[in-house]
Amino acid sequence: MTEKPFIDIRHAAKSYGALEVLKDISLQVQKGQIVAIIGPSGSGKSTLLRAINDLDPLTSGEVWLEDMLVNKPLSPRQYERHINQMRQQIGMVFQHFNLFPHLTVRGNITLAPKMLKKLSDAEANALAERQLAHVGMLDRIDYYPSQLSGGQKQRVAIARALAMEPKVMLFDEVTSALDPELVEEVNLAMKKLAEEHMTMIIVTHEMGFAQDVCDRVLFMDQGVVVEEGPPEVIFRAPKHERTRNFLRKHLQGNAQ
Amino acid sequence: MDIDLILRVYPFFLKAALVTIQLSVLTVALGLLCGSLGAAARLSRSWGLRLIGATYVSVIRGTPALIQLFILYFGGPQIGIQLDAFEAGVIGLGVNIGAYMTETIRGAIVAVDKGQTEAARTLGLSRSETMRKVILPQAARLMIRPLGVNINAQIKGTALVAAISVVELTYTAQRYIGSTYKPFEMFLLAGAIYMVIIHVTGLGVSWLDRRARIT
Ligand SMILES: Nc1ncnc2c1ncn2[C@@H]1O[C@H](COP(=O)(O)OP(=O)(O)OP(=O)(O)O)[C@@H](O)[C@H]1O
Ligand SMILES: [Mg+2]
Repeated sequence: MTEKPFIDIRHAAKSYGALEVLKDISLQVQKGQIVAIIGPSGSGKSTLLRAINDLDPLTSGEVWLEDMLVNKPLSPRQYERHINQMRQQIGMVFQHFNLFPHLTVRGNITLAPKMLKKLSDAEANALAERQLAHVGMLDRIDYYPSQLSGGQKQRVAIARALAMEPKVMLFDEVTSALDPELVEEVNLAMKKLAEEHMTMIIVTHEMGFAQDVCDRVLFMDQGVVVEEGPPEVIFRAPKHERTRNFLRKHLQGNAQ
Repeated sequence: MDIDLILRVYPFFLKAALVTIQLSVLTVALGLLCGSLGAAARLSRSWGLRLIGATYVSVIRGTPALIQLFILYFGGPQIGIQLDAFEAGVIGLGVNIGAYMTETIRGAIVAVDKGQTEAARTLGLSRSETMRKVILPQAARLMIRPLGVNINAQIKGTALVAAISVVELTYTAQRYIGSTYKPFEMFLLAGAIYMVIIHVTGLGVSWLDRRARIT
C-alpha cells in the first residue's frame, strides 16, 4: 500500500561541530503505525526523536507531519507561532518525566489546554479526569508530583501529553529511569494507546516491549538506520552483523 | 558603660531606626525592580539588552557603593540632577543592590531544570508562556533565600547614607557622640537596633521560604 505517510522525515542530518549525529536519515510512518527505535547509547535515537518536534533542530533535512512542514524556515516571530502550533499536535514523553513540580497532577494536565485551547476550568477538569482515568491515575488528581512514584509520574506525563489530543506520540526511553517493578504499569498505559491506534514512535531499550507492541523496528547505530523491518524479522533474523551483536547483548537476561 | 545615658537617648535612636527601615524598604523595592529588569535583560534574546544588563552588573559591582552615592549626590548637581540626601540615598543604594539582585534572580531562573522548559515547549507553550507559568513560579521559590542575603546586606548598607548626612541610625549615633563623647554606648545601641531589624527580617525570609517550599 502506498498511502501518503503521516510522518515523513526526509534526509535528516544533524551535526554538533564535526560530530555527525544523524547522517541522512529518511523515515516514513503511516497513520496508526507504531515504530520502535533501538540502538546503542549515543547512536542518535533521542536526537532523531527530538528533531520531529524541532526540540533539537536538524542541520539539514525536512520533517513533515501530514501536509505540514514542521521545521519550516521562517522568521523567528513566525517560526514561534508555527512551531507552537505544530507541537500541540505532537505529544512527547521524556525519560525523566519533567512534570511541573509546582502544580498538582490536575494543574500539570490542564495548563496547556487552558492556555492554548482556551478551555474553561470545567472543560479542562473534565479533560484531566478523563485522561487520568485512562492511565489509572484519577485517584491522584490532587497530588503533587513529589508525592508520586516514578511509574505514577510517568503515567501522569503521558496523560498530560494526551490532553492536547496530539496526532502522534513520541516516547524517549520512558521506562529507563524507573525501578523494574514500576515499568509494567507504564508499558500498560502505552499498550492501551497502541490498541487505540495512536501513531507512536518509541525509543526503547526494552526489546520485549518493542516486540510485543510495535509494527516496525528500526535499529540505529552511529547516526544511521542500519536495519529496519517488522519485529519478527529484526529480532529473529536480523541481516546485519551490527544488529546481531547489539541484540545478542540486549536479549540476554530477557531471553525469548 | 553608661546605662542611664542609653536609656535617655534610645527613643531618639528608635525614631532614627524608622528612617533606616524606610530606607531599607524603599531601596529593596527599587532593587527588586532593577533586579527583575536586569535579569530580564541578561536573559534576553537581544544581544543589545544582554550587553546593557551585563554592563549594569559589572559597573555597579565593580565600584564601591559609597563612590556611587557620592557621584549621585555630590556630582549629580553638576550634570543637572538635583536630589535631596534621602532621595539620593534611596536611588543610589536601590540601583546598587539591584545589580546584586539581578544576578540572584538570573541565577534562580537558570537553575530551574532544563527539562521543565522542554516539557512546556513540547506542549506548545510559547517562550513567554513557559517563562510565566512554568519557570518563574519555580525560580521564585529558589530565589527567596539568596534574595534574603541581598536584603540583609542592603539593611546594613543603609548605614552608608550617613556619609551624605541622611539622619538615619548611624548618623544619629554619630551626632549623639558629638554631644556625649560616649562612642562605645552610642554605637553599641545603634548596632543592637540594626541587629533586631536584621533578625526580624531574617525570620520573615525563613517563613516565606518554608511556606513556598514545594510540597
Ligand atoms: N548538545 C549536544 N552537543 C554535542 N553533542 C551532543 C549533544 N547532544 C547529543 N550529542 C551527541 O550526539 C550523539 C547522539 O546522542 P543521542 O542522545 O541522540 O543518543 P541516543 O541514541 O539517544 O543515546 P542514549 O541511548 O544514551 O539515550 C551522542 O554522541 C551525543 O554525545
Ligand atoms: Mg537517548
